[in-house]
This record gives sequence, structure tokens and C-alpha cells, in this order.
Amino acid sequence: MISPATTVGDTRARLQAASRARDRRVQLVVVGLVVLAVGAVLGIGLGTVAIPIGDTLAIVADRLFGTHLSSADPAMVAIVWDLRVPRVLTAMVVGAGLAVAGATFQGLLRNPLADPYVLGTASGAALGAAIAVLIPVRALFLGFGLVQAFAFAGALLAITAVYKLSRVSGLAPLTSLLLTGYAVASLLSAGLAMAMYLSGAALRQIFNYLLGSFEMASWERLIGALPIVVVGSLLIMSRARSLNGLLLGEEAASNLGINVGRERAVLLGLASLVTAAAVTISGLIGFVGLVVPHVVRLITGPNARAVLPISLIWGANLMVYADLVARLAGDIPVGVVTAIIGAPFFLALLRRARTGYEL
Amino acid sequence: MSRPALWVDGVTVEARGRAILRDVSLTLDHGERVALIGPNGAGKSTLLRVLAGVLRPAAGRVELDGTPVGSLDRSEVARRLAVVPQQTALPFSMRVEEVVALGRLPHESTLRGASPADRASVAAAIDRVGVGHLMGRDARELSLGERQLVLLAMAVAQDAPVLLLDEPTVHLDLRHQVEAMELLQDLNERDGTALVAVLHDLGLASHFFPRLVLIAHGRILADGTPDEVLTDERISDVFGVNPALVRLAASVAGG
Repeated sequence: MISPATTVGDTRARLQAASRARDRRVQLVVVGLVVLAVGAVLGIGLGTVAIPIGDTLAIVADRLFGTHLSSADPAMVAIVWDLRVPRVLTAMVVGAGLAVAGATFQGLLRNPLADPYVLGTASGAALGAAIAVLIPVRALFLGFGLVQAFAFAGALLAITAVYKLSRVSGLAPLTSLLLTGYAVASLLSAGLAMAMYLSGAALRQIFNYLLGSFEMASWERLIGALPIVVVGSLLIMSRARSLNGLLLGEEAASNLGINVGRERAVLLGLASLVTAAAVTISGLIGFVGLVVPHVVRLITGPNARAVLPISLIWGANLMVYADLVARLAGDIPVGVVTAIIGAPFFLALLRRARTGYEL
Repeated sequence: MSRPALWVDGVTVEARGRAILRDVSLTLDHGERVALIGPNGAGKSTLLRVLAGVLRPAAGRVELDGTPVGSLDRSEVARRLAVVPQQTALPFSMRVEEVVALGRLPHESTLRGASPADRASVAAAIDRVGVGHLMGRDARELSLGERQLVLLAMAVAQDAPVLLLDEPTVHLDLRHQVEAMELLQDLNERDGTALVAVLHDLGLASHFFPRLVLIAHGRILADGTPDEVLTDERISDVFGVNPALVRLAASVAGG
């Protein structure tokens, strides 16, 4: 135009400089993986029975690579391999899944308050678990107990109901989804309250599920949830372009080449599957799915190509360390720890953020 | 290239039983530029949304380069046609250059993201619209006019042969209004980009656009050169203002 303050070469150089944010992304990934590896070793070594780092590494290496480095006694091997390793891996998978699902829901619903539980998956899972506790039958399939199977089904039924009901409304799709999610979640919570009221002696079991815990982690359960979380997260990441288009709203996304109706359905489905798999093996753990994507976005900007993978790594990190704290503090529920770490950290970051959040 | 860039035939749009557009037909050739004018609520923005293919008409046909727009994949449409929205709300903090870069979404590879060529297009668009001094700033902290220029830069980065604009000058000060118009003229004459712009300023419209389309009550009332379309009767009938005021504004815009 009339008064170009800059030349073309200059602007390109400044864009290049701005994309140094990319270096920071690489740092976040590399540091995140190192911190995660340290967390894994600590998580396997520390607990009621402390196991020296050398023994921890030797036992894991023996199991993974068939070496004979460890001279530890079989009880210690059992603690490491049958209890601690699946527990740490479960924490990683759940943290990673919830963070990716949270980032997806926030982007899809264009709402900073969204988390993996916003559209009824949590209340559906909780009600499913409570009903399973009340049923006097104990069955196992695919390594899952009845509680896990019902929780998984409950989460998916709830999100399906929300999605179907929201499409009947005359409101804009996003508003309708959020309000329908709220209404369905309230209804399911009423059901949950009723189930808890009727549960009598089983109340504590329901309560354990609601607070979230990795105490019951096992290889069987982990193997049931792991593929869903991994494949689901990878598929979500392959659709980063759609989430980027949606930053400017649904109509703008459509004008930028995104098939909004299809992408919304696919991303909702994938994020809900990941959430359902995570809550099935861990119960309801709050804050990870809300806080991690926000913190990442404040550092990297809103590009989903960066936000999704970095949220995945740091979500896993937050959960591994929160579980470690929970165990060392005498096995308190891990959801309490994530809230205690997450909430003040988030508040501090909001104060330092470039701008406030528009709701 | 005999096929028009955009072709609309017999389009009717209804909302809750009320007709917003009635039997609208319009042809836009490659390299042409048209201003849509008319009073508030006439259906101009609705027509723009129909042209962009984001609103399906109740009746009628819309073709982009001879293909029904509804049968094209959205990314295919977005490579051929860009839209400058009036305003958008950003849910998250986002820098100006990050917003402009969204214009490259229809071109970038699904898995690998933006290429160096994409980044070069973003830099070129930033320079062409003159928003280089806004780089690094949070798009949500900008004034409405600055945001409008950023959205224009995003559409320019999209590099499509057809550009639709919904009141692109509404929040701009006088100097930026004229500069934006000169940029549109340049895009049209130098790059051959076909333009359809909804404009409220009849002075700017008649000075910078050789063809005006007047819409009122969902129908096209006139289509032709500014002199043919903006007769004294139409100005007083359709807009309800004294024609002399419009002539004065037009002569100011014309310098």
C-alpha cells in the first residue's frame, strides 16, 4: 500500500525470527522426554518399598531385552514388573490421553473452559461405574472388570446422546453442544447421586472411582486402554489442520477449506474415545486435561501442530509426578494431587499471560 | 476460460419461512470486480455466503468455474475462492502473523504443515496489506480496523483467483479505506483476482468499482455501471436519502 514501512526481505526475516518459537517447541519436546524418563525411573523405584535405581534399571532391562543383569530377589522383581511398571505406564497413558483430548475439546468447542469431561463423558463413566458396583455380579472380560466395562460404555453412551440431542436443537452447533452437554451431565449426576445414596457399603468403592487412582493399575487393563489412547491421539494429531482452521470459527474454517461438519464429528468421536479409555483405567482425574493444553498454548501459541504433541508429553509428565507425590504422601487420591498442583500453577500463569481469556 | 468464475442462477434462500433472497441470478467473469450495494438487511451478506458455498440455497444453482460449489471438496473451494469475513472472535491469544498464516491452510500438506513457500506467501501478504508493523502483537488487542486489515492479509495469503469481501472498509479510517480500495484495485488489475465486495459507502463503490449490483428486499434491482445503477430515483427510493448527499460523497472519494 501507500507507505510500506518494511521491505519484503525484512518481513521474511522477521517471520523467520518469529518462527524461533519452533526452537522452543523442540526444546519442550526434548526436555519433556528427558523429564519423563527420569519420572519413570523414580516412579518405579520409589514407594512403600524403595528400590535402588540400579536394581530398577536392571530388572526392567532383564524383562525387556532378556538380559541377566539383576540379582534382586523375585519379590522385588514382582513389585517392579507387576506393580510399579504398569502403574507408571498407566499414569503416562492417562495423562497423555487426557491432555490431548482436552486440547481437542478446547479447540473444537472454541472454549477455554472446556476439558475432556465437558460433554458428559465423565458423568457417563461415573454413572456406569456406580451401576456396576451396585450390580451383585462380578464378571471379567478382556481383562476389564465390570466397573471398567460399564464406565467405558457409560462415557461413550453419554457423548453419543449429547451429540445426537444437540443436532435437534435450532441453536448454533457449538452453543447447542455445550448446553446439551451441560443438561445431560446434570441428569447423569442426578443418577449418580441416586446410585451413591442406594449403595450403602459400596459407597467407598464408587468414591474411589470418582477421585481417580492408579492403585488398581495392571498390565491387563493397560493393554486394553493403551491402543485406544495411542491410535486416537495419533489420529487427532493428523487432523491438526482442522483444529487450526476452527480457531477463527466454523464459517471461517469452512472458507479455509475445512469440512466442518465431518471434522467436528470425527474429532469429537476420537477425543471421546481417548477420554473414555483414560477414565476407564484410572477413574476421574481432573485438571490435567484443562491445564496442560493451556499452559502449552501460552508458550507455543495456538497452532495445534505444536499444542497437541507437546500437551501429550507434558500431560504424561504431570500425571507420573502427581502419582509419585500421591504415593509418597501415603496413597492419597491422585486427582487431589493434580488439583493441588494444577490450580495454583494455572492461576499464576493466567496472571503472567499475554492477555486474559475471553469466555 | 469461457466459463464464468462464479455463476448463480435462480437462487432463493429462506430462513424460518421468510425469503432472504428471491430468484437471484448473477455472473462474475474471471478478472472482474463487482460491488454489492443495498440497504441493511437487503441480503448482500447472505448472497456472499451463498457464493462461498457455506450456505445452501433452498432453490437455484451456484457454480464455481463451471462446477456446482456444493459438489466440490471444501479445500478445493478454498484454493479457488477466499473470503474476508467482517469480524471473527478468537478464543485463544494469537499473534498477527499466526492469523495471516491461517490463509495457507488450504495449500499446506496435511501432515507436514507449512512449507517455506507458504511462509513466503504469508510474508508477501503482510507486506502487501501493510500490516508488518503489527507483527508479534496479539490479534485480540488490535483495534477493529487493524483486525480487519489482518483478516484481509489472511485472505490475500490464501492466493485464490476469486476474493469475496464483506464490508472490508467498515471499521477503517479514511486513509485506510482508500488504501484498502487501492489494494483491491491492484489485486484485480495486476493479479487478475475477481472480486465481489459488499460495500455500504456508495462513494467508494462507484469510484473504485466499474460494476455495481444493487440489492434490496432479497432481489437484484439493478446491475451495471455506477451511472446506470445509481440514478437519483433509486438513491432516494432504495436508500431513502437525498441523492445530492451521495453525489457529494462520491466526488470526495474521487478526489
